[in-house]
Amino acid sequence: MIDIPEDEVTAPWWDATRQRRLTVQRCARCELAQLPPRVLCTGCGSTASRLETVDGRGVVDSYTVIHRAPDPATEVPYTVARVRLIEGPILLTALVGIPEPRCDLPVTLAWRVLPDGRALPVFTTEE
Amino acid sequence: MSVAIVGAAECDLGHTGLSTQQLLAQAVKRALDDAGLRVCDVDGIATTGHGRFPATQLADQLGLCPSWTDSTAAGGAVFEMYVARAAQAIEAGQCSVAVIAFASNQRSARSRSIGGVYDAATPEAQFEQPYQPLWPLSYYAMTAQRYLHTYRLDRADLARVAVAAREHALRNPAAFRHAAGPLTVDDVLAAPMISSPLGALDCCLVTDGGGAIVLTSLDRARHLAKTPVRVLGYGESVTHAAMATPDDLLSTGAAASGARAFARAAVRPEEIDVIQLYDSFTVSVPLGLEQLGFCPPGTGVHWAGVPVNTTGGGLSYCHPGQLGVLLLVEAVRQLRGECGARQVPGAATALVHGTGGIASSHATVILGVR
Repeated sequence: MIDIPEDEVTAPWWDATRQRRLTVQRCARCELAQLPPRVLCTGCGSTASRLETVDGRGVVDSYTVIHRAPDPATEVPYTVARVRLIEGPILLTALVGIPEPRCDLPVTLAWRVLPDGRALPVFTTEE
Repeated sequence: MSVAIVGAAECDLGHTGLSTQQLLAQAVKRALDDAGLRVCDVDGIATTGHGRFPATQLADQLGLCPSWTDSTAAGGAVFEMYVARAAQAIEAGQCSVAVIAFASNQRSARSRSIGGVYDAATPEAQFEQPYQPLWPLSYYAMTAQRYLHTYRLDRADLARVAVAAREHALRNPAAFRHAAGPLTVDDVLAAPMISSPLGALDCCLVTDGGGAIVLTSLDRARHLAKTPVRVLGYGESVTHAAMATPDDLLSTGAAASGARAFARAAVRPEEIDVIQLYDSFTVSVPLGLEQLGFCPPGTGVHWAGVPVNTTGGGLSYCHPGQLGVLLLVEAVRQLRGECGARQVPGAATALVHGTGGIASSHATVILGVR
């Protein structure tokens, strides 16, 4: 596993993952939700924002099943996807436990825990 | 516009065993020879993809002190962007003879990584790399998946793009797959899956190669050996760096880039005789044709209009990491009627469209000889 960096803009987002909370950055001025967290709102340029916890429901915009990993130690195949949260932002993520993924499939949040206590949001189908 | 391309050349292609510096110098010298100009005539240089200060280093290698340089880095589309900037610099009097060059020895040097290179300072290192997408392949794979889903097509429809590219390569002696024989849809479908729905033969080659073009004023061009190829128009659009940013994978920067180029050239899509369109992956061709306005969304896989990628393209001719300059070289040759068995008869207007990164940057150039 690679060592995932963070910085002063993204650290609060990563800290929330330690409590298994997925957050989106909500602009205090125009209310746009965006990911990943940025210095500026891409809607209005405001620097005032808050992190808002979401329940992690979305749909698969698209996906790809990868059969040759960049890191030879990674087990293949695995599925990378773009998931569109109902709040609007799109996440690059992984799909887990979905034998036959498809575009527009509704999915829900799961977590892949990292050795340092942070966690990566991944998505699976609702039970 | 009053600027023309007066020289064009490839360096050695394929598996050369040569250094990038050697290939770059070859490309520049051959393009200048083609133009009937000398190295000392050059006062403008645009290049990227090698070293920290690419244009500065190439100027040093050539023994030049240029009055205009550009090393904008935007992936494989940047050479079409350089045409716009070089034309502007020549029209503004900042330089008089500009060379646009690129070369790579990535096959010989085995320097290509399937996962790409993530800079730890970028947001993508935090929010993208941990999931191990292939870069840029997985982005185009997700685009292809969405494309097939939206238009109810299947992998065979994309495979035909690779088959068509091979047919062109069989007519181009410089193509990496020139002697490989025809390709079938079944061959493409049977190739190892890499990042679904794209298999190995949906992906461009990894080769050495590169090229150069030479631009000068139309006035000066009229006194040179070859037919001047006029820069009629250009346009560009840069849309994203991260895989999660675009709202719609099927709406690319090619639409705005192409529209800007057509408007500037006062040319319509149906007036184009030959198209050179960056085919990093099979899906790039139909989506590119649609976004550029050549055909409606979802119909690019059935394209039966003017020839596209007459060299065999990135899929079967050459892909040195950034194909953009070689798209320009082929367009120039087509417009001069130099292409032998693959010549498009009477080609007078060409569209060149480059794409860089993960469909991140788009740039379109329209060229003509009428």
